[in-house]
Amino acid sequence: MAVFDVFLLEAILNGLLFGGVLALLALGLNLIFGVIDVVWICYAELVMLGMYTVYFLYTVFGVPLALAFLAAILLVAGLGALLHQLVIRPVLASEPINQLLVTGGVLFFLQAAATVAFGIDFRNLGLSLPSLVVGEIFLPWSRILAAATALLAMLGVWLFLRRTFLGTAIRAIAQDRQIMPLMGADPGRLYLLTSAIGGGLAGLGACLLVLQYDVHPAIGLSFGPITFMICVMGGLGNLVGGFLAAFVFAQFISVGGFFFHIEWGYVMAFVFFVAVMFVRPQGLFAASGR
Amino acid sequence: MDLLIPLLIAIVVGLLPVLAPIGDYHLHLVILMLIWGFVYTAWSVMGRFGLVSLGHGAFMGIGAYGVTLLWNELGLSPWLGAPIALAAAALFALLIGWPCFRFRITGHYFALVTLAATEIVRLVIVALRDLTGGSLGLTPKTALAEGPVALAALQFAAKEVWLYIALLVWLSGVLVWRAVDRSMLRYALEAAGQDEDAAASIGVDVTRAKLAVTLLSAVLTAVGGVLYAQYQLYVAPETVSGISISLQIVFAVIAGGMFVQLGPTVGAVFTLALTEALRVAIGHTIPSLDGLIYGLLLVLFIVYMPKGILGQALALASRRPRRAPAPARA
Repeated sequence: MAVFDVFLLEAILNGLLFGGVLALLALGLNLIFGVIDVVWICYAELVMLGMYTVYFLYTVFGVPLALAFLAAILLVAGLGALLHQLVIRPVLASEPINQLLVTGGVLFFLQAAATVAFGIDFRNLGLSLPSLVVGEIFLPWSRILAAATALLAMLGVWLFLRRTFLGTAIRAIAQDRQIMPLMGADPGRLYLLTSAIGGGLAGLGACLLVLQYDVHPAIGLSFGPITFMICVMGGLGNLVGGFLAAFVFAQFISVGGFFFHIEWGYVMAFVFFVAVMFVRPQGLFAASGR
Repeated sequence: MDLLIPLLIAIVVGLLPVLAPIGDYHLHLVILMLIWGFVYTAWSVMGRFGLVSLGHGAFMGIGAYGVTLLWNELGLSPWLGAPIALAAAALFALLIGWPCFRFRITGHYFALVTLAATEIVRLVIVALRDLTGGSLGLTPKTALAEGPVALAALQFAAKEVWLYIALLVWLSGVLVWRAVDRSMLRYALEAAGQDEDAAASIGVDVTRAKLAVTLLSAVLTAVGGVLYAQYQLYVAPETVSGISISLQIVFAVIAGGMFVQLGPTVGAVFTLALTEALRVAIGHTIPSLDGLIYGLLLVLFIVYMPKGILGQALALASRRPRRAPAPARA
């Protein structure tokens, strides 16, 4: 019985660490939704491109890992801005659902482009960091590092939004799209900036994920849906709600996967999500209905 | 018109094997176009009212796997298995739909809840790998060993038989679309799509209207799943369920035209023809090139031609003659 409890504890701790990375992914998506009112269905595909960037720079071109990370973050940030400029902007005025679907087209495009360019092989960095051993509990350092970085990045975004002039402008335009332009804010530029930040967060997420997972063209499909669920459960656009929901989800997957198969962990997380939607459609942690 | 044209198409396609023997490969393409055209039409029955579901892979998966599992495990004929699978799809639609509509989950939220639904079905199929074969897929036990026609098992060796089955199912799908188009339900849903409160205030039971059209759409989609499984004699979680297939459904409908009767069918013809043309032109040397072009086209469609191919064509055609006859008044 005692052994059982240790493994369960390990699953819970791993869930906490996994939650940190999920929270980071959800943050980028949530920020974009909160400010621009658009759901990037292709968000996880941007993460996938970031993972490929790190992989190729590090293993093929021998670039130091830190530089490869920086390049990936900048590249995906640029892609985020490009996505907004080329794809989202033309449909900003049309029906909301079109904005969601147009990024679905980008999803197909990026996934196919990655397959054409890189093939369907599973690739990994070939790094293996040791595990932190506490008693009988094994926690991979890559996960601890990822969760810690994710927390720091989230704190950074939080401070940026709260303490800086630009951050305040972004929060203001999220609150009222009509009035803010009259106050002299340029929504086009703020949207572009937000998209770049959202992309940058996807790039950072890519750096943390590539330490733990193989990259392949369809990896977005395994992270994408879960990220959307987290954002919706936290209340789309609600950054704190998304943060908490990420940990709830991660526990479902980790502990559920501990008791059953990993797929059942995901199934339970999704069932929980659907159940929550029926009890609180505005999101589990929404302070007020949107 | 909306009765005549589908019937004409059905007659022409039905006469194909008799008048112009086109070979198994082309016959196969036509059958796939009909099956997918039917599934896309089933989606647009609700999609056209702003109920954009990203979860129709769930219904297709339940139909396809339901009928195959009942046949393989219990030896239940698809003639009995299909109604059970359809009932299961309807129940699932009810389970997702009722709370969604009751609590007014619309727009982005509805799309994402249905997305979760389709992922649940895909993951359950993968997780039950002892029963379903997991990601490797599942093959219905063959009944074609004794002869080319196994009526009880709903398996036929001849493609011609499938052409007529698919044609019949497609035609009934298009006619269901027409029936909804002419019903009071349509007006109720269009009103609710504009403003739920206003619609409710003039006596529209919004929840019930949405639920009715969702159940109809789900059951039709499950029929498509059954048909697909019986025709292909192979189902895999990725090809009948999950996010990719759900997105594929939505995009083909948008490409063809969401708001016109034959738009989804045009979408099916267009996407399949595109895929095949690229495959023939380039071969397998560059995998996924079709997906690349497909994705790009879809973005362009939504940005520049949101009405879709057929919708845009009909809009252009109807604009011209209307201008021609000048109002003659005495």
